[in-house]
Amino acid sequence: MSIVLFRIDERLIHGQVVIGWGHQLRPDRYAVVDDDLAGSAWEQDLYRLGAGTADVVFATTEDARGRLPEWRDDPLRTILLTRDVTTMWRLGAGGMLAGDRVNLGGLHHGPGRRELLTYLHLTAADEDHLVKLAAEGVEVSAHDLPDAHRVPLETLLEG
Amino acid sequence: MNEAEPALGVVVGHAAMAEGLVQATQRITGGLAECLAPLSNDGKTPDQLKSELEGMVADSRSVVFVDLQSGSCGMAALACCRDSVRRVVVSGVNLPMLLDFVFNRELPFEELVPRLLESGRASIASMPATE
Repeated sequence: MSIVLFRIDERLIHGQVVIGWGHQLRPDRYAVVDDDLAGSAWEQDLYRLGAGTADVVFATTEDARGRLPEWRDDPLRTILLTRDVTTMWRLGAGGMLAGDRVNLGGLHHGPGRRELLTYLHLTAADEDHLVKLAAEGVEVSAHDLPDAHRVPLETLLEG
Repeated sequence: MNEAEPALGVVVGHAAMAEGLVQATQRITGGLAECLAPLSNDGKTPDQLKSELEGMVADSRSVVFVDLQSGSCGMAALACCRDSVRRVVVSGVNLPMLLDFVFNRELPFEELVPRLLESGRASIASMPATE
């Protein structure tokens, strides 16, 4: 229960996460799962600037899959972030996130993406990956801020 | 007083904050504020925001003002400025800081930046004072 939020947000550690969600969930740690960032010390330093007093760990997807049980059992309250759908899907493949809730935060407009909400634009591949995550028992919904309306995946994809 | 190439100021902020701050500076100083440009993060990916900022700063000696040190605006600014001695990031932007900037932007960074920080901090007060 110590992973208090799984979130997909291309901005990773930023105001909505640190202030909006952080104020409510009081995380001790942010676990950023990203194959590129895990090897980029200068970018890690930039993200750490935004995390306040919370610890920040960076992991590749493969490494994170191995560390999920440790983060779940750890008393430290962890917010786990990926900046794209594919990484969360790879993290959860095989039922690793079954029973968890994955929060879709900011994914903005770009080539090949369709707008589902003002803050949520997905490619066809993203939609496919999210459907597969849901089929594995993950509750997927769009929810940019704690006091905002939560929109379940099935409602999103009806639009 | 040492003089340098007058700096460009770019204000990067959440929602409409940057636009509002630049408009307010223009309202007070008139044409002097033409050296300031706003950039909002609204609806932009981190890469889009950084790319727009790079385009605005281009080759100019620049001060990039951001509202929050963390977050998409701060990240874009820090990534944009990290490899250039002609660019500097100042976070916690407020109106007094921008007013000071438009009147002193010809100062070299080693003089300009400390006075911007001081003018921004000095304007934060409670009335009546609590101490």
